[in-house]
Amino acid sequence: MSIPGEWYLILAAILFGIGALGLLIRRNVLIMFMCVELMLNAANLTLVTFSRMLNDIGGQAAVFFVLVVAAAEVVVGLGIVVSIFRRRSTAVADDISSMKG
Amino acid sequence: MITELATTMIKMPSIDYLAILPVLILIGGAVLIMAITAMVPGGLRRDVATAMTVTTALAALISSLVEWHRVLVQGATTTIAHAIVMDGFSVFMAIAVSSCVILASLIGHDYLKREDISSAEYLILALISAAGAVLMASANDLVVIFLALEILSIALYVLVAFNPRRAESGEAALKYFILGGFSSAVFVYGIALTYGATGTTNLTQIVDFLGQNTAQHPGLLYAGLGLMIVGFAFKVAAVPFHFWTPDVYQGAPSPVTGFMAAVAKIGGFAALLRVLLSAFGTQAATWQPIIYALAVASLLLGALLMVVQRDVKRMMAYSSINHAGFILLGVEAATTRGVQAALYYLFAYAIMTVGVFGVITLVSGNGDRDTDIASYRGLLRRSPLLGACLVVLLLAQAGAPFTTGLFAKLGVLSAAVSVGSWPLALIAMVSAVISGFAYLRLTLISVRPVGAPTDVDELGVETGVSAPMHHLGATLMLEEELPTEVEIAHVGVSPVALTGVTLAAAFTIIFGIVPGPLLSLAHAATMSLLG
Repeated sequence: MSIPGEWYLILAAILFGIGALGLLIRRNVLIMFMCVELMLNAANLTLVTFSRMLNDIGGQAAVFFVLVVAAAEVVVGLGIVVSIFRRRSTAVADDISSMKG
Repeated sequence: MITELATTMIKMPSIDYLAILPVLILIGGAVLIMAITAMVPGGLRRDVATAMTVTTALAALISSLVEWHRVLVQGATTTIAHAIVMDGFSVFMAIAVSSCVILASLIGHDYLKREDISSAEYLILALISAAGAVLMASANDLVVIFLALEILSIALYVLVAFNPRRAESGEAALKYFILGGFSSAVFVYGIALTYGATGTTNLTQIVDFLGQNTAQHPGLLYAGLGLMIVGFAFKVAAVPFHFWTPDVYQGAPSPVTGFMAAVAKIGGFAALLRVLLSAFGTQAATWQPIIYALAVASLLLGALLMVVQRDVKRMMAYSSINHAGFILLGVEAATTRGVQAALYYLFAYAIMTVGVFGVITLVSGNGDRDTDIASYRGLLRRSPLLGACLVVLLLAQAGAPFTTGLFAKLGVLSAAVSVGSWPLALIAMVSAVISGFAYLRLTLISVRPVGAPTDVDELGVETGVSAPMHHLGATLMLEEELPTEVEIAHVGVSPVALTGVTLAAAFTIIFGIVPGPLLSLAHAATMSLLG
């Protein structure tokens, strides 16, 4: 028995939604990073599924690019967090808000 | 057998190096500076590094002009398996980005010296991020657009954070990073859905697909298109996806803010225009209402919140949101006239904003502290050239005659009226008047003599906005008067940054009086985009 492609698409949509929601409601910066990763991987799953459904290799190739970009993003993001952490020793977004208006 | 298989299966795409020459030059220059900095004991001297960056950007500019020549002869060509396109549009954007890099590196020079930060990082990251913006404009494939967007953005995240002594810098970088990551993820998901609906990520093939078939899953296609627009709207700071803008603009080091405001907007709008008009041109009826809504919200919110700001960098952030609304006016029209006006506006805005942030860099002093509007009191007397440049650039942003700002605003407004969206044009005019107040207020403050007994609030702009705040502001202002005067002596005006600012102001005036060349360049770029 094979699982229809639509299920993967729905799963990806749910993951994307969880990621987006998490980013909006969680306040810990590291968890917010994870939520971004979740969203990117939901997009990857969608790409792979469509690639399979359309019988086209292009979608799978695109996933590699997205993975590389995600890795590069995390490197920069963690670097920024570390540089803030040195100064403040907090990773909670609400504590990092000196600018308002 | 294996080699035979390899040769039959993997076909290397042919590469037209001229098409990617500006990108190669920008990245090559960045790598060269990085290598030399690492090898020279004690690092590269500041002025040498700046000179190298300016040379690199000039080389990219010249190579774009060579491309322009080729485009005039041969028309648009695609290369690297149709993933990259070289046409008037991509060349136009490459010219705009290279010009911004030249100005930003001149302005950054003094900032880095003042803050005592090694200059190589700033210059390298600026060059790389500029390469991303140029690539965004010449991408003909959604995946390449995504990659270019990330090259642009990741370098910008670091640039925003790169002053370790300012807490706001790190905070701004974090906000920019998280919201930027969010928008990238939304954008990729949009690409994935578009891929599912059309079976390709190549823009040309999307056009063919949409021309030949009625989409089997229109919902999928529209969702993909909508998500991509959201991703771009984040990058160009259009309301309601603007909420990172004020904080990031305020927190980032001033020269970086100017660079980011210019280059990220050029890249974002370039890709947005190409995707909407080139790939989804047939679906205009679907995306025009979205752009319409974004434009209205950006125009009004940008102008209204701009007026109540006291921090000049925040004010310019809302100003950039307002400008995004104006450019969207041209995009919404989706005609030759509209796109041409949007391109002209984009170029004019980019130069103006780099220039204004150049002035802000010089005025705000050590540690970027004096960004309050009161610091600009009597700037024209204190430093005539700097003050004059600020006045020119502010009036240009307001759309005054004899500056590029007038033609930019007129162009998008007439384009909107000509396609019948006069309510939008009307809203734009109202927002121009409101934002004009804010520009004029800053202009008058900097023109006013130092220590004149009047103050900002007499201009009546803030009246009724928030009375208690306004009172507090007035008292603060009087107390600040003396220290401001004392600091006057050392508004660190140095020749290099002043050259950058003066170039920006000169550009704004020259192409405001003789708009012909820039307009015809924008026209040619538009023709090659719309075919």
